[in-house]
Amino acid sequence: MPMTITEKILAFHCGKKEVAPGELINAKVDVVLANDITAPISIKEFRRAGAKKVFDKTRIVLVPDHFTPNKDIASAEQSKLLREFAKEHGLTNYFEVGRMGIEHALLPEQGLAVSGDVIVGADSHTCTYGGLGAFATGVGSTDVAAAMITGEIWFKVPESIKFVYYGKLRKWVSGKDLILHTIGDIGVDGALYKAMEFTGETIDKMDMSGRLTMANMAIEAGGKNGIIAPDDVTKAYESGRAKRRPKFYKSDRKAVYAEVREYDCSKLEPQVACPHLPENTRGVSELSHINIHQSVIGSCTNGRIEDLRIAAKVLKGRKVHPDVRMIIIPATQAIYKQAMKEGLFNIFLDAQAAVSTPTCGPCLGGHMGILAKGERSIATTNRNFVGRMGHPESEVYLANPAIAAASAVLGRIGTPDELK
Amino acid sequence: MKLKGNAWKFGADIDTDAIIPARYLNTSEPSELAKHCMEDSKQPDFIKKMGRGDIIVADKNFGCGSSREHAPIAIKAAGVSCVVAKTFARIFYRNSFNMGLPIFECPEAVDGISQGDAIEVDAENGVIKNLTTNRTYQAAHIPPFMQELIAAGGLMEWVKRKVA
Repeated sequence: MPMTITEKILAFHCGKKEVAPGELINAKVDVVLANDITAPISIKEFRRAGAKKVFDKTRIVLVPDHFTPNKDIASAEQSKLLREFAKEHGLTNYFEVGRMGIEHALLPEQGLAVSGDVIVGADSHTCTYGGLGAFATGVGSTDVAAAMITGEIWFKVPESIKFVYYGKLRKWVSGKDLILHTIGDIGVDGALYKAMEFTGETIDKMDMSGRLTMANMAIEAGGKNGIIAPDDVTKAYESGRAKRRPKFYKSDRKAVYAEVREYDCSKLEPQVACPHLPENTRGVSELSHINIHQSVIGSCTNGRIEDLRIAAKVLKGRKVHPDVRMIIIPATQAIYKQAMKEGLFNIFLDAQAAVSTPTCGPCLGGHMGILAKGERSIATTNRNFVGRMGHPESEVYLANPAIAAASAVLGRIGTPDELK
Repeated sequence: MKLKGNAWKFGADIDTDAIIPARYLNTSEPSELAKHCMEDSKQPDFIKKMGRGDIIVADKNFGCGSSREHAPIAIKAAGVSCVVAKTFARIFYRNSFNMGLPIFECPEAVDGISQGDAIEVDAENGVIKNLTTNRTYQAAHIPPFMQELIAAGGLMEWVKRKVA
């Protein structure tokens, strides 16, 4: 029976020759992940179940990244729980402040997530690792507690939707715009319970950074996972980085899909998702009348070095608009150091942007850039729900790094081509 | 078990940030989370006005967004007896079963229930009665495996039995 890449990975991990959509399976997991917000509940459930040890101390990754560096006493208590649990169980992959990064940027970078893996994380953006050709999906804290004990998790094998992208991308258009456009097309529940398989010549030519961005936002269309078949780009990225041997799967030519959707990307302009749902996407040219108070570049969606380079290209020799606060957050310590080495911080600081240590921070309205009532931010993050970045009457517009940087200079939503 | 209460109607795509805003996630204490249940929704005073046992009735894709289990925890700790929606977001659906918040998928019931209607839900067979209009609806069948989880008393109990 022909299978999709998602079906093949799941079949391998439950010890079967083949699986079909709708089938209930118990899959072995390669990595179990949680953060400072979700792990405390997992740890509580783990202890309540009377568990004495984790299934494998090298495969549990704890990253305090949401409210860290700890924003208040309560957050510090939560982080402390993770730290103590990691020590108690000798976890080899606990990432302390100063050594950490935003989890979904950190795991691929550190080679802890590799092609062919099954990864579950108590964070909805765990689907990011699909960019490497892994099956990765967000679950709750209790699911993570169970997986920490057993090394397994139950799944219903999802149907897959195939997305085919073709055409050469225009200037300033990136993976972020493709995924925003796709979510705008199918809606925030357009892929509910389904696998989103991203294919086509545009994806083949896309760098790993863009692929991770696309898989990252599969959850924003309700998807169970987003996935891109690994290729030479993946191989080059994982070389010298992967801590385990990557396994490359690809969909059979005759694999069955619930739906196939095609997009001509050659005419696509940069996309912006307007409040208060990621599906409210428009072309950037329609929004030039929208003034902004803040611009955020960072997050698990767009905080990688490639994103910072684009921002630097746009900001070089320019100044952030007097009415705008610009906050740039490199997603990991390694990205931070690389950006510093490349001189990007000089450009950012000369432009009068603030550069922060890695944190999810403002993306979820945690800290480091919270909005007041009536304020508006453009952000390279992933969600623009009511109150997502602060006051319930504030607004978030989602965009790519080039648009967020240009808008910071303009004081309104716009493109780098509009800059003098 | 019969779940009984008045209906609180919510729209489509109620995200987990509306159910429990992230600014309150520096704790996982159920009673603390309950204080802010639905605070960023269109009915911010829900928690002040609702009564014990009341039922959330929502349109499609309830619980979309974050994986935070704090969302079903906040709803349960607030005293909501169950949630009826046209559809649920995937992670919220899983979380609810895992931590023991009864949820029912039933588009017809959602369309047939208005704010404040008195509702009774038979948790065993998924029969939803609107006592105000005297109409009865049948929720989608709960998959056998999920029933097994419920019967075991949630995921952790099920796991405990499995590893024992």
